Amino acid sequence: MHVPDGFINAPVSAATGLVAAGAIAVSLRGARRELDERTAPLAGLVAAFIFAVQMLNFPVAAGTSGHLLGGALAAILVGPYTGVLCVSVVLLMQGILFADGGLTALGVNITDMAIVTTVVSYALFRGLVKVLPRKRRSVTVASFVAALLSVPAAAVAFTLIYAVGGTTDVAVSKVATAMVGVHVLIGIGEAVITALTVGAVIAVRPDLVYGARGLQQRLKLRVGGELVDAPAVAVPVAARSSHRKVWITGLVTSLVLAGFVSFYASSNPDGLEKVAKDKGIDTRTGKHATGDSPLAGYGVRDISDARVSGGLAGVIGVGVTVVAGTGVFWTVRRRRTSDTSPASVPEGV
Amino acid sequence: MGAGHAHRLYRHGHSPVHALPPHTKLAAAFAFVVVVVSTPREAMWAFALYAVLLAVVARQARVPAGVLLKRLLIEIPFVAFAVLMPFVAEGERVDVLGLSLSVNGLWGAWNVLAKGTLGVAASVLLASTTELRELLLGLQRLKLPPLLVQIASFMIRYGDVITDEMRRMRIARESRGFEASGVRHWGVLAKSAGALFIRSYERGERVHLAMVSRGYAGSMPVIDEVTASRAQWSYALALPFAALAVCLLGWTL
Amino acid sequence: METPGGKTGELSAGKHGEATAGAAGGTDGVPVSLEVSGLAFAYPDGHQALFGVDFGIGRGERVALLGPNGAGKTTLVLHLNGILTGGAGTVTVAGLPVGKRHMAEIRRKVGIVFQDPDDQLFMPTVREDVAFGPAAAGMKGAELEERVHAALEQVGMAAFADRPPHHLSFGQRRRVAVATVLAMEPEILVLDEPSSNLDPASRRELADILRSLDVTVLMVTHDLPYALELCPRSLVLSDGVIVADGRTGDLLSDEELMRTHRLELPFGFDPRSVTMGA
Repeated sequence: MHVPDGFINAPVSAATGLVAAGAIAVSLRGARRELDERTAPLAGLVAAFIFAVQMLNFPVAAGTSGHLLGGALAAILVGPYTGVLCVSVVLLMQGILFADGGLTALGVNITDMAIVTTVVSYALFRGLVKVLPRKRRSVTVASFVAALLSVPAAAVAFTLIYAVGGTTDVAVSKVATAMVGVHVLIGIGEAVITALTVGAVIAVRPDLVYGARGLQQRLKLRVGGELVDAPAVAVPVAARSSHRKVWITGLVTSLVLAGFVSFYASSNPDGLEKVAKDKGIDTRTGKHATGDSPLAGYGVRDISDARVSGGLAGVIGVGVTVVAGTGVFWTVRRRRTSDTSPASVPEGV
Repeated sequence: MGAGHAHRLYRHGHSPVHALPPHTKLAAAFAFVVVVVSTPREAMWAFALYAVLLAVVARQARVPAGVLLKRLLIEIPFVAFAVLMPFVAEGERVDVLGLSLSVNGLWGAWNVLAKGTLGVAASVLLASTTELRELLLGLQRLKLPPLLVQIASFMIRYGDVITDEMRRMRIARESRGFEASGVRHWGVLAKSAGALFIRSYERGERVHLAMVSRGYAGSMPVIDEVTASRAQWSYALALPFAALAVCLLGWTL
Repeated sequence: METPGGKTGELSAGKHGEATAGAAGGTDGVPVSLEVSGLAFAYPDGHQALFGVDFGIGRGERVALLGPNGAGKTTLVLHLNGILTGGAGTVTVAGLPVGKRHMAEIRRKVGIVFQDPDDQLFMPTVREDVAFGPAAAGMKGAELEERVHAALEQVGMAAFADRPPHHLSFGQRRRVAVATVLAMEPEILVLDEPSSNLDPASRRELADILRSLDVTVLMVTHDLPYALELCPRSLVLSDGVIVADGRTGDLLSDEELMRTHRLELPFGFDPRSVTMGA
C-alpha cells in the first residue's frame, strides 16, 4: 500500500503531510504518558517487528499477495500514541533506506497506514476489552477483531485520499474495489498474526502489553518464614464506568452492522457501474504477484464491483464513525488519566 | 551489538558524497524529491535532466550504475501498476498497435513512473552513501523529535536481533522438515511471529538496561560533534538547486 | 581488614532481620554507601522474586552477594539503580533514596557491570563505549577524553581504545565493561557474576583490577572461591530474602547453611585452608 512519489497530487500530499505532522505532534505528547524507560525499547522493537512483517508478503488469493500493516499490533502492545509513532518511524525509514514509499508521499502513507490503522484498531480493541470478560483470552480476541477491521479501514482511507488527489485517471470505484477487496483478505492474515503475537506476549510477559495493564497482584513479604501482605502501593486503576461500556457496545455493534450488512445488502449494480463494467477491459489476467500495489485487486475479478462499492458507503461510514468515536473516547480517557496521574512524565523524553 | 553500524544498503567508500555530514544529505535528498514531484508531467525533458543530475551524483559517490539499477527494482510493484494504468483508466482513448489505450492513463503512467523512479533513485543514493548511525544523527540534527529518533534507533538495533532470531528459528523449523509453501502453513508462521517477538525483546532488553544504567535518558549522547560547514551545505544543496532551476524552466517553457 | 557488618558473625537463618539491621546501623562512623530495607518485588506476570530484603553496605567495603540460581539476585541488582521499582521497601544510595526524583544522580552513583559484556558494549569502538556514560551526563571535550583514558588505564585496556569491542577477547570485553562503569566514577560498583565464562588467567587479572580499585563493591555471584578471594563479607540471598550475613570464610565453612541454600563449593575446595588476600 506504499504510495510512491507523484501518485497523489501536491496539494493533497501537502495536506496529508500536515495531518500526519499534527497527528505525530499529538502522539508525541500522548506517548510521554505511555512510555516509561522500559517500554521505549519495546516501541523500537515493535517498529522493527512491523518493518519485518511488512516485508513478509503472503499470498492472498488468485496469485496476488499483500503485506501486513501492523498498526493494530503497535497500538495494542505499546498504546495508540506510541503506536502511531512506531508505524510512522517504520514508514520514514522505509522511505529513506529502501525507497519504499515516496518521500513526498510520506504524509499520505503515514495518514492511511499509521494513523487510520492505529486509531481504528485501538478504538475497537478498547471497546471490546471493556465489553468482554476481564480475562487474558479476551485481550487476544479483541486484538483479532481490531486487526481484522483496521486493514480494510486503511484501504478505505487510501481510496478517499485517492478520490480527492489521485493524479491518475482510474475510476475511484475500481480502486475502491481492488483496495478494499484485497485488504479484507489481508486483514484476516493481519488478524491472525496480531492475535497470535499478542497472545504469545501476554502469556509470557503480560507487562509488555499496553492493552492489558492493570492485572497486578498483591506483594507478599516473607517475615520469619511466613508470608504476609506487603503494604499496598497506590496504583491508579481506571474505573470502569458503565455508561461508557454501553456506549462502546453500541459503537461496536453499529460498526459491525454498517460494515457487513451494507456489504451484502446492495447487490444491485447501479447504472453507472454497469456502463463502466461493460466498457471496461477484461482485466481478469491476474498473474502478477504484487498485491503490494493499489492495483492488486485488478487481477482478482471484476464481478463483485457493484456489491463492494455499494457496501463501500457502509465501510466509509464505519471509518468516519470510528474516527469520530475515538475522538470522544480519547477526550474521556485523557481527562481521566490527567486526574489520576498528573506527574507521570518519564525523564527519558 | 557488533552489527548495526553498517547496513546492507550502505556501500563503504571515501567519496566526497560519503564525507558530507548526514543532515546535509538528508536535506538535499528530500528537497530534490520535492522539486521533482512538483514538476509538470508534460515537461518530459526535465525528467531526463533530473536523471542526469542523479547520474552525476552517483558518479561523484562512486556508486556503480549496476548497483543503482539493481536497487531500483524495489519499485517493481509500481511499474506494474503504471503499465496497467493505460488499460484501466477512463477518458479519451488512442489505438496503439491495435490496443485501445487511455490517453490520461498513459500520462498518469508516465507521471508515476518518472517521479517514482527519480524518488527511489535519490533514496537509494542516500542510503548507499550514509551509514545508519549517521542517518539517525542527521535526523536528530534536522530536529526530528528525539522520541522518534529514539524509536528509530531502537528499531534498527532490534532489526539485527530479529533477523538473527528469524534465521535461527527458520533453521530450526527446516531441520525438522518444515517448509512454508501455502495457506496451510500460515498457522506455523504466525505462531513463529509471537515467539520471535518475545525472543527478540528479551535479547534487546538487556542491552537497553545496560544503557539506562549508564545514564541513557532518551537520546544518544553526542561524543563526536558533527557540524556542517557552509561549503558542505552548498555542496550538498547543489543538487536540489540545480533541480529547482530545471523545474522552473519546466513550468515556464 | 575490619568489616563493619562482619563483626556480628550472624549466621542463623531465622534472625536475619536483626542481623542485617545490626550490619547496616552498626557501621561505627563509616558512612553507608548502600542501604536496602524491606524490598519486595513481583513481576507483572505474578511471579514474586523478592520477599523483603534488608542489608547495608559501608563505604569502601567489598561484599559478595551469594545465592543459587533463581534466588532473585539479578532482580535485586536491577533495584539498586531504579530500573525496577514499584514494589514495597526502599533502596538508599549514599543517603539518596532511589526514585524518580534523583534517578540521574542515582544512575551515576551506582555502576552496574552486567553479566554479559556483549549487552553492555553497544557502541562501535571501545572509546565511544566508555565515553557513553559520562557523555550522557553532559561531559564533553578534553575532560571527557581524560575520563575515558583514566578508566581504560584502570583496567589495563588503554591500548585498545579505538578497537571495536566485538573484536576483543571475552576477558578483555569484561574489563572494558568494567571501564565503562568506572568512567562514571560511581559510589558503588555492582558486578553481576563477574567471573562467569572467564579462563583462569582472565579471572586473576580481573581480581587484581577489582582489588586495586578504591570503590565500594557489591559482587553478585555463585562463584564461591572468587567471593572468598575478593570479599571479606558476604550476604546469602535465597528465595527472595537475605538468610545470612557475615564473614565470607565463616559462611562458606558452615556446611549446613551452604547445603540448605544450594550453594556448593568446588570439589576439594576447603575455605578454611585459604588465607584471604584482602
